[in-house]
Amino acid sequence: MKVCVVGAGAIGSLFAAHLAKVTEVAVLTRREEHARALNEHGLRVSGRHDFTARLTAATAAFDLPDFGLGIIATKATGLEAAAASLEQRFPNATIMTVQNGLGAEDVVRRHGEWPLVSAVTFMSGTKHSDTHVEYILDTATWLGPYGDTPFERVQEIAGLLVDSGLRAEALPDLRPAQWSKLIFNATVNGVSALTGLPHDPHFAAEGDVADLGHLVRELVEEGKRVAAAAGVDLRDDPWEMNVLATKRGSAHYPSMLEDVEAQRPTEVELINGALVREAERCDVPAPLHTALYRLVKAREASYA
Amino acid sequence: MKVCVVGCGAVGSLFAANLAQLDDVEVWAYDQAEEHVEAINERGLRLSGAGDVVGRLRATSDAEELPECEFGIVATKAMHTSPAIQATAPVFANGCVATVQNGLGNEEALAEHVDRVIRGTTFPAGKLLGPGRVQWEVKGDTTFGPFEASPAPLREIERLADACTRAGMPAQAVADARGPQWRKVIFNAATNPIGALTGLTHGRVCEDTALRRLVSDLVDEGKAVAAAQEIVLDADPEDLIDHAAKPEVAYDHKASMLQDVEGRRPTEIDYLNGGIVRFGDELGIPTPLNRSIWALVKGLERSW
Repeated sequence: MKVCVVGAGAIGSLFAAHLAKVTEVAVLTRREEHARALNEHGLRVSGRHDFTARLTAATAAFDLPDFGLGIIATKATGLEAAAASLEQRFPNATIMTVQNGLGAEDVVRRHGEWPLVSAVTFMSGTKHSDTHVEYILDTATWLGPYGDTPFERVQEIAGLLVDSGLRAEALPDLRPAQWSKLIFNATVNGVSALTGLPHDPHFAAEGDVADLGHLVRELVEEGKRVAAAAGVDLRDDPWEMNVLATKRGSAHYPSMLEDVEAQRPTEVELINGALVREAERCDVPAPLHTALYRLVKAREASYA
Repeated sequence: MKVCVVGCGAVGSLFAANLAQLDDVEVWAYDQAEEHVEAINERGLRLSGAGDVVGRLRATSDAEELPECEFGIVATKAMHTSPAIQATAPVFANGCVATVQNGLGNEEALAEHVDRVIRGTTFPAGKLLGPGRVQWEVKGDTTFGPFEASPAPLREIERLADACTRAGMPAQAVADARGPQWRKVIFNAATNPIGALTGLTHGRVCEDTALRRLVSDLVDEGKAVAAAQEIVLDADPEDLIDHAAKPEVAYDHKASMLQDVEGRRPTEIDYLNGGIVRFGDELGIPTPLNRSIWALVKGLERSW
């Protein structure tokens, strides 16, 4: 199964480099020099794994060979353009989305009838250059069918990821995992973007009345009420995910924090916006997530 | 009569320099900034802008140098109230001490060290330009009344208000001064931290309809806490918020808390939203949004 990875940020680079060890991989990048560098130097992985992968890269979809699996690994803000670039092509492909939040599959669906696979990934990396990604957390990627995509197809893709050295698991219903991460991300990324704090022990502190842990817990509880109303049985408790993550040695910088510091558009719509819209759809009050969403949107509006 | 201004920043300077114009008032200023103290003693305390005034008064950073005074006017930032009054309390052994500070809880902090406390709320504003020099930006009224738990006698409060009024700082003595105080606190708690968290000016906060709704939700919590104490607000904070958003009033104004955040100085959040939460907790009135905003701004302070 040939693979195309669209978007070579940290996550896209980790997928592309690993998969290139077991199959032919093409990478679709936005910048010309990024594609040129990958073609010339390959893609180096350091950290948890250490190797350099050979792959081909291009900036235009018509330069790509046909493929059986497309992984759209752009940020949520680049999703629409990425899906549009594949439109009316690659009829034999299954497309997998790994964006944070909810609704990425719907965006892709508007551009083609490919079978879709939903995924959430908990691995993390840091991109040191266009041709070097550090593999930091080797936690799993979970995959599930979207719409009427057969589960066997999902298992096949998960198997390919495992063969490539990544951790992956196929789940018949991804929503419990997807929603656990949605609530976790809406809470942690939103609070981080507004306070400037990386995801550190402040997020679990509940000693003092104004400590951030109280707010994080309230946001998680509110999110859980929305999940329950939406009929989703969460796979992991987002509060426990939060506590566990803050106990790791080095604090993670959520992308939403990096985005507001660099004054870039954030993924707030697919994450916090999605949760707030689900709350409205299910008629569950979510005043704290609504406040967080409005504040992050306003922070984006403050960019000069 | 002798008056000591404790904390001679922008607002303290407006009281000190104006009161020093009166023949029957001897003004002292207690402040920790030694350059400022020296400049005041050498060249007087100069106000410019809304009024041009040079106040001749004595300033010191050493509480031992202060004579016994009939009145104190405490104008430090709220977080400095306790150490400032602890140092100067003997000066007011037979006097009355008024707070003209922002927020809730200052009266309680004063009452731990002095017997006769005056609840005050003041609207004039200014900016410290340099040692001994203050820009008088806005004129405005001051309201004084007894602090119920450790009250100053009303006739003494009237003497202070009369002196201020004669000095060009219009002041009123009332039996219940909580209305103006809560009106100002609710206004500040609903707008200041929103500016601080988003980076938006007052006008831009108000023209974002979703954000303006969050401001109203914060106002409503504050009003509920005030109502539970049978406090009658002297004006509707909503009207003041809309009024301030007009281009000719304060559309472009950056909230002082936003200025504090940009300068990485501790904010007065504990005394604004934190104060509303504390009173709400005591009265059994829920304040989830003020609590959330309080935690976010505390988180922001901890990110520095």
